[in-house]
Formats: sequence, C-alpha cells, structure tokens
Amino acid sequence: MSATAAVRPHVTEDGRELGEVLMDLRNITLRFGGVTAIKDVSFNIQQGEIRAIIGPNGAGKTSMLNVINGFYHPQEGSITFRGETRSRMRPHDAARQGISRTFQNVALFQGMTTLDNIMAGRALKMRRNFLWQMLRYGPALEEEIEHRRKVEEVIDFLEIEHIRKTPVGRLPYGLQKRVELGRALAAEPALLLLDEPMAGMNVEEKEDMSRFILDVNEQLGTTIALIEHDMGVVMDLADRVVVLDYGRKIADGKPDEVQSDQAVIDAYLGVPH
Amino acid sequence: MIYREAGQFKTSYRQDSAIFPILQDRIAIIFYLFVAFIVIPLFGSDFFLNSMMIPFLIFALAAIGLNVLTGYTGQISLGTGAFMGVGAYSCYKLTTFFPETNIVLLILLSGFFAAGIGMIFGLPSLRIKGFYLVVTTLAAQFFLEWAFIRVGWLYNYNDSGAIEVPQREAFGLIVTGPAATPSVRYLMVLSIVVLVTWVVSNLIHGRIGRSWMMIRDMDIAAELIGVRPLHAKLSAFAVSSYVAGVAGAMMVFFWLGAAEVESFDVNHSFLILFMVIIGGLGSLVGSFLGAAFIWMLPIVIRAVPRVLGLDINAATVEHLNFMILGALIIFFLIIEPHGLARLWSVVKQKLRVWPFPY
Ligand SMILES: Nc1ncnc2c1ncn2[C@@H]1O[C@H](COP(=O)(O)OP(=O)(O)O)[C@@H](O)[C@H]1O
Ligand SMILES: [Mg+2]
Repeated sequence: MSATAAVRPHVTEDGRELGEVLMDLRNITLRFGGVTAIKDVSFNIQQGEIRAIIGPNGAGKTSMLNVINGFYHPQEGSITFRGETRSRMRPHDAARQGISRTFQNVALFQGMTTLDNIMAGRALKMRRNFLWQMLRYGPALEEEIEHRRKVEEVIDFLEIEHIRKTPVGRLPYGLQKRVELGRALAAEPALLLLDEPMAGMNVEEKEDMSRFILDVNEQLGTTIALIEHDMGVVMDLADRVVVLDYGRKIADGKPDEVQSDQAVIDAYLGVPH
Repeated sequence: MIYREAGQFKTSYRQDSAIFPILQDRIAIIFYLFVAFIVIPLFGSDFFLNSMMIPFLIFALAAIGLNVLTGYTGQISLGTGAFMGVGAYSCYKLTTFFPETNIVLLILLSGFFAAGIGMIFGLPSLRIKGFYLVVTTLAAQFFLEWAFIRVGWLYNYNDSGAIEVPQREAFGLIVTGPAATPSVRYLMVLSIVVLVTWVVSNLIHGRIGRSWMMIRDMDIAAELIGVRPLHAKLSAFAVSSYVAGVAGAMMVFFWLGAAEVESFDVNHSFLILFMVIIGGLGSLVGSFLGAAFIWMLPIVIRAVPRVLGLDINAATVEHLNFMILGALIIFFLIIEPHGLARLWSVVKQKLRVWPFPY
C-alpha cells in the first residue's frame, strides 16, 4: 500500500484528465541540526490533480512544502519539476518557474489593501522600468491596467469584490485566507501549494474554501498540493493522498485506500511506535 | 453631502487605478495648486513666504524622502540631515563647476549624488534590520558631518567653512542669492516640490511602490513571491536620498542662502523623522501635514500669547514647543501610527457620509 499509486495519465470519475508527472520528489531528507524533519520521502504530483499531504502535527508537512518551493534545501534527494532536476533552488526562482503558495499562518502584506496584495502576486510578471514607472504613463500605465484586469478576475472568482480597497490587516481571518489564495492565484501558477488553507475556519468558511479549491482545479486546471488536517475535507477534495508521520512516508494512494490503511489509523490515533 | 462619490461609477480600471479616483479629490488638488501658485505669491507677505511657506515646503519634501524609506519600505533612518547635506554640497560644487548652467537643473542633478551615497549606506540593510540599521544610518550621519567639516574641497576651502550661495539667474529672473525676492524663491521651491512629489507618488502607486511595501510588511513573503530585496531596498534608499538631497540643496539655495555643517546635523534628522511620525508613516499627504505642523507650531505658540496681550519669553516658547511635540510624538506612536494623515482621512470619510452617518 505504501507503494506509489498509479501515475499513468488517466481520467478521473468527474472527467478531469490527469497528465504526466509535474513534480517528482525522490528520497528527500531534511535535517535541522539534530532533528530530522523529513526522512527519505519520495512521491510525485501529477499534472492537474489535487494532491493532499496529511499527517499529525510535526510530521514534516510544512517542511515538505518549503522544500518544494526552495525555502528549505534538503540534505539528500532530488526534485524534478517540469522535467528539470535540481537539488536546490532559491524561492524566487521557484516563483519564476510557476510555483506559488499560501502559508499556514497567513503571510499577507498587512498594511496593503486586498487589491494591492493580489496585485503583489503579479510582481514577477510586471517589467516596465523605473523611468516609465516614474511617469506612470504610456507602457507603465498600460501594464498596470492590464494586470489590474487579471487581478479583478481573481477578485470576482473568489467573491471578494466588497473588500477590494480594505487594508487586509482589518479583515477577519477567514477572509485573509481567501485573499492569500487570491494572491497566489494572481501569479497564474503551474503548481499551487496550500498549507492548511482551512485551519481556524468555521464550517461555512471551510465549505466556501473547498469550493474555491475545487473550482481552481477544475476551471483553471491548476495542479494543487495541499496540507490539511480534516480527513473529511481531504476525502472530498483530494485525488491522491500522501501520509507523513515523524518525517517518514507511511502511506500514499487514493483517499479511501489511505483511510483504511492500518499504519495511517495508528498514526492518527496515536499508537506508540 | 459635500464629499460624495455616489453616482461616480468608475467605468474602467484606468479610472479606478487613477491616483485620485474621486472627482472631489481632483477638484481639491486643483484648488490647492491654484492657491499655492497664484494666491499665495500674490498676497503672501515676505515674512509669510520666507519664514513659513518656503521652509514648510522644503521640510515637507525632506519628509517625503524619509517616508519613502521609513513609511513605505520600513527601513528606519537617522541620516536624513546628512543626505540633505550631500545634496546641498553637491549643488554648491556643481554651481562652481558649471556657473552658466540653469540652477534648477543643478538642484535636480544634485539629488543624484545624494542617491548614490544613500545607496552605499543602504547596503547594510540587506543584512541587518531594525535597531542595527538605525545605528548604521547614524554612523552615516556622523561620517558625512565629519566630511562636511574636514573635506575643504566641498566648500571651496572657504575660511568660514560655510557654503555661500552665489547669485544665479534662471528664466530671466534672479532666483538665488540675496537679491532674489521671496516670491521668486517660493515659486521655484513650490515647482520643484510639486514635480518631485508627483514622481514619487507615481512610483508609490505602481510596481516599485508595491515592492517597497511588500518588503515593509513581510520581507520573507515578498521574496517568495519574487521581489528581490536587493532591488527593492536599494531603490528605496536611492529615491529617498535623492528626494532628501534635492530638499537639502533647496534649503541652502532658496532659503538659508548660506550654510555650514550645523544645518545638516542629527537634530535635523530627528526633526524630519518627527514630521514623518506626526504626519503619518506611509502617507504623502501626511508628510505635508507633519511638516506644516512642526514648522508652524512654534510660530503659533509665539503668536497666540501676543495676540492675547500676554507676555511670554523666548525660552518659554521653546519649552512649550518641546513639550507639545514630545507628547504628540508619544501619542501618535502609541495611538495612531498613521498620524495626522489618518485623522485627515477620517474627517473626509465623515464628510462623505454626512449628514447621514449610517
Ligand atoms: N526552521 C526550522 N528549524 C528547526 N526545526 C524545524 C524548522 N522547521 C521545522 N522544524 C521541525 O521539523 C519538524 C516538522 O515540522 P513541520 O514541517 O512544521 O510539521 P507539520 O507542518 O507537519 O506540522 C518539527 O519537529 C519541527 O520542529
Ligand atoms: Mg505545518
């Protein structure tokens, strides 16, 4: 059961096509001094799927996302993204190659409005130089407006028109999480990483967020890797699930397979190792 | 009902992305410019222009410079006074080398020297933050003060150690030196302040300004999104010092007429910092409000008792001034970091819904 699930391109029950492997992680080991946060973990993410990473607190899930987007550099292992293998990369190269993410604790720009936060997500796509920016005229203004149009699409999509001009620091937590998703989407990522997108939300907010995640995946065709605690949510959203426990991979497969796996049940019930 | 945006539907993102999307704001700006360019020079007394308006505008510009760095990019600096000095000494040297060149052009050029020096002293900001960066900028302040005294070349080896502004004509008028009239100097200062403020405002509302604010609010997330801290921080130091440098050059050439190192000492750095804090961190309007407030406060404190027929001596004025400023700085730091600018926007917001508060 802990073998990697089928990775051939296939069509899911709801008709989405899952393509080839977008990201392949091989034998990743990450240590902090004496602490081994991730130990020899391999798994992959297929084009078009929603891949969940689950596991108890401290299992190494966030560390895994940090490895994927270059924030942490694993001591061992290799990462292949879009056919290119590397052992380390800088976060901003990851952003450049189409990986964007949200954070477990919201990491928005608190003093900026919703609009500016989401515009910030397009930072990499804007290139008009300093001189044009000084004049805010011609190409610089055209560029600003073109990107504003894209950002407004994201705002419509996430139904946050009413808070467009509100500084995000004044928004409730649930909405901040949504704005953060918007900022990540504004970069039009090839791979979207979500670290506990529903943590701290009430049931209604969770349902909204689930719907947005499914819509992003289905309508925009974005590949998503997400960390989530709530098993019910994972069952509903994920195509495949990888389970970590104490930095090791203990299961990998379809949600229902994983759910009935004895090692997973033990880990979640806290059976001593 | 005075200040309504109802009925003003923004039909394009171009309109909504404009810096003043609301019609009343645009009218207000035109009104302020009309008063500043026409009414004040026509009716303002020499005292009003020389002792109030000219220094107010120059300090407002310096505050804008510091606000770019501190309010928008989150890097605290105590070197503003010295960066103003770099602008002033550069301008002095430029007029020595190019006596025929238009002085306004030289003032605008002198800012680039300040920008260069500012970027060099901004380099440590790539590694250090907060308190340690403050200490670095303080070191820059003292190093530059030392240079203004020791490097005789900067003041053409004058015995006085001061730079004295030569008389220069531009646009057919005498604009610098003792023979220049207050209204001409005022109009020069005003034009440069409006121009530079406009450019800074454009930067702030675009990609570059956003990258500054991203660094200010959460530098790690900014980097993960793809902002290079090197570009964002150094461009902020450059723009900030450029603006401070131009303000410093104007301070000597259009206001003081002569200056030595005391005009650019650390007290001036603090003065500008207080203007930014009281006016509002991260607000251009606030920079003007803060400069107006701090510059006008002692004048008002001096004038009010005289009008009431009370006798008040100069020392008391000074003490009162310090006490009020100190109390206000503490108040704004603790209660309202967005300063007078926030109070200003609250008033506008009230006007917007007036007379129906709900
Ligand atoms: N920057 C870090 N420095 C030291 N230890 C870390 C760091 N980041 C994570 N860890 C450790 O790695 C382990 C996994 O943490 P994390 O990936 O945050 O777990 P999860 O997201 O699954 O709850 C924990 O033991 C944690 O203390
Ligand atoms: Mg975590």
